[in-house]
Amino acid sequence: MGKKILLEHIDVPGIDTYDVYRKQGGYTAVEKALKTMTPDSVVEEVKKAGVRGRGGAGFPMGMKWSFLAKPEGVPRYLVCNADESEPGTFKDHYLMKHIPHLLIEGMIVSSFALGANKSFIYVRGELMYVIRILEKAIAEAKAAGFLGKNIMGSGYDLELVVQPGGGAYICGEETALLESLEGKRGNPRNKPPFPAVKGLYQSPTVVNNVESISTTPWIINNGGDAYAAIGIGRSTGTKLISASGHINKPGVYEIELGVSVEDFIYADEWCGGIRPGHKLKAVVAGGSSVPILPANLILNLANGDKRLMSYESLSDGGFATGTMLGSGGFIVMDETACVVRNTWNFSRFYHHESCGQCSPCREGTGWMEKVLHRIEHGHGSLHDIDLLVDVAKKIEGNTICPLGDAAAWPVGSAIRHFRDEFEWHINHPVEATQPGAVYRGEMALV
Amino acid sequence: MEDNKPQLVKVTVDGIEVEVEPGTTILQAARKIGPEVAPPAMCYYQPLKGSGGKCRACLVKVAAGSAKDPRPMPKLVASCITPVQDGMVVENTTSPQVLEARKGVVEFLLINHPLDCPVCDQAGECDLQNFAFEHGAAKTRYEEERRTFDKHDLGPYIQLHMTRCILCYRCVFTADQITNKRVHGVMNRGDHAEISTYIEKAIDNDFSGNVIDVCPVGALTDKTYRFKNRVWFSRPVDAHRDCPTCSGKVTLWYRGEEVIRVTARKNEWNEVNEFICNTCRFETKKTSDWVIEGPTKIARSSVITANKYRADTIKPDFVSRLAAANYKPIDDTRDTSQLSIQQLPPERFASSN
Ligand SMILES: Cc1cc2nc3c(=O)[nH]c(=O)nc-3n(C[C@H](O)[C@H](O)[C@H](O)COP(=O)(O)O)c2cc1C
Ligand code: SF4
Ligand code: SF4
Ligand code: FES
Repeated sequence: MGKKILLEHIDVPGIDTYDVYRKQGGYTAVEKALKTMTPDSVVEEVKKAGVRGRGGAGFPMGMKWSFLAKPEGVPRYLVCNADESEPGTFKDHYLMKHIPHLLIEGMIVSSFALGANKSFIYVRGELMYVIRILEKAIAEAKAAGFLGKNIMGSGYDLELVVQPGGGAYICGEETALLESLEGKRGNPRNKPPFPAVKGLYQSPTVVNNVESISTTPWIINNGGDAYAAIGIGRSTGTKLISASGHINKPGVYEIELGVSVEDFIYADEWCGGIRPGHKLKAVVAGGSSVPILPANLILNLANGDKRLMSYESLSDGGFATGTMLGSGGFIVMDETACVVRNTWNFSRFYHHESCGQCSPCREGTGWMEKVLHRIEHGHGSLHDIDLLVDVAKKIEGNTICPLGDAAAWPVGSAIRHFRDEFEWHINHPVEATQPGAVYRGEMALV
Repeated sequence: MEDNKPQLVKVTVDGIEVEVEPGTTILQAARKIGPEVAPPAMCYYQPLKGSGGKCRACLVKVAAGSAKDPRPMPKLVASCITPVQDGMVVENTTSPQVLEARKGVVEFLLINHPLDCPVCDQAGECDLQNFAFEHGAAKTRYEEERRTFDKHDLGPYIQLHMTRCILCYRCVFTADQITNKRVHGVMNRGDHAEISTYIEKAIDNDFSGNVIDVCPVGALTDKTYRFKNRVWFSRPVDAHRDCPTCSGKVTLWYRGEEVIRVTARKNEWNEVNEFICNTCRFETKKTSDWVIEGPTKIARSSVITANKYRADTIKPDFVSRLAAANYKPIDDTRDTSQLSIQQLPPERFASSN
């Protein structure tokens, strides 16, 4: 049984209410931080914990906090990114819905550390019911004296605001989120300046993911060193994985970083194996944006060692043979899944979600989608494959925000690892467009 | 020799060194050296605050970040918004990676562009034409259907042709920064994003006409000048008048004795020097309304000045570049547009029968 930090009390009945959460030790981190610690010492513990951003990029949270500019007389803000819209990722939703007070407690501790007196939770607009859950939790915390003016007599004030999102994937990109929060069109900003210097309303701002912020109560209660002792290497702590696809037990799992991919897929504690009678074909390990890997490469590194669920191991081999942990959206495909169709589907998403500011992403995402649509529907030609690779390459790295990369990587990696499947679609248009038709060539299934 | 001026920083662009004030962008530093090394800019517009960063035409390679930290930057950067550092080494036309990315940007901007230059008022003074000519490939790889938009009416003065728009946002910044109320903006997302007003609404205020001048393409054109002329048949002349609303400094565009268009004056980077009011632009079209200053100096190699005033307005290096460019006819897989067929004399098609 792996260590549980975030989901330890998930099965306690009524854990979504203040009373039950408090009985399970809730809000002790707020008491400890506000009564016995300075903001800087809280930052120090988070740094020691080595916890890395759980929103996708994996940037060390403590380091991000220490970059926050602190000019005199200018407010500072903490904004929680709860826009979770990456296909295959549904862990923040789960956490907020079941243990809303964990995020609230984390927001209080983190805001205290950063010297923010007004903090925001920007929630994906479609999740109205979660917004109501959070608002109820905030009201309870306020009634209990953990929010508002002069919290527990410490002299520290904090107001927490829940903001429904603009209903676009791009509003999850941190600077688009800030624009949207300011009431504008959710277009990503040019960087620099970074939010740490000029963020919300041009003031220094930290943006962190729901899961990242939710780790702070445990870190304060148990110490940064204790957190760093969990996990493996620079992948400290635990990570929520949203597991979906052709597995026996889809769902949200908290794993200690460093579990082997094989165990994660096949052990009963987690995914419980591929559905009966089928075999593993491919995995998208970190949400739709990260490169897809075929069965042999997701289970093992290029050198034959077992691949682990950690930032380093998943990216081992670069994009040639590796992928990324990303946001932990773990999508498993068996041999009935068509990689061409799946790639087209992802590209459709990015085409739909590009904000349209920069030309490579605005035009390139639509182009790739149209070409993939043609291939999938039996109208492709072999030079389309090279065209896709080239278009993806011309988007990647040349855009304002990483959505361009996120649109390019799935296409590039699908062709890199499943080129024969694309060729089969093009060379056998009649066969490939039969309902449920899937290439069953030389592929190594596990 | 020390004085109080801010210490200048040294930057190298394509091997040429230049000294600029700290905080200058790479693009401005390169422009200081000259057009040979200045990256193209399709969205950046110096007079408009906040512009730039969007089209990615100006991407350059930073081969060394600064004297202190000479590591190269990992990605190409948008030169229009990236400030220089002392000792920075920039590669623009000397980097094959930059040229390749730029070729990509041209291609991206053109895949959904209608390419209706033969009937577009902007042709001849279009930034996209120039950009495509200098940096693009002669062949298109795009075989899909092009995106089109519904028509929107912006009132009596301004014609919007959304299919030609490259979403540079210049017109949005213009309306934000020089008019008192912006009524148009960008609706929708991605390649369906469009310039529009919320509910069919005329753009109506004294300075609205300036969006026409800032538009790099023929998406926003002057309704009072529409289809009257090709720019290369007209003669630009600088003139001014006492205007209660704006500086009154304009360029008049003549065909014969007739003023067919009034625009603001532009600098050598095709940026407006001073914005002008709608009265000067749309309603003051008699020579007698103006004090004539003389022929407009168009610094850029341009079809506009060809054979108009002085032979030396065509730079010799431009002519040799044209010859050296190994010009090939554009191989476009689309059908000829209906519109252009109707407008061309039938004998043009005789040979293909
Ligand atoms: C297109 C796009 C969408 C994103 N969506 C989310 C999101 O829904 N939730 C999130 O936490 N981070 C998202 N991110 C990452 C954020 O920009 C940012 O890195 C993150 O919120 C930082 O928090 P962290 O350091 O705690 O991970 C997205 C990034 C991009 C480019
Ligand atoms: S990369 Fe795409 S989503 Fe990001 S700013 Fe550019 S157009 Fe918008
Ligand atoms: S209409 Fe013209 S100025 Fe406005 S965004 Fe489009 S191309 Fe730019
Ligand atoms: S001019 Fe720099 S990105 Fe457009």
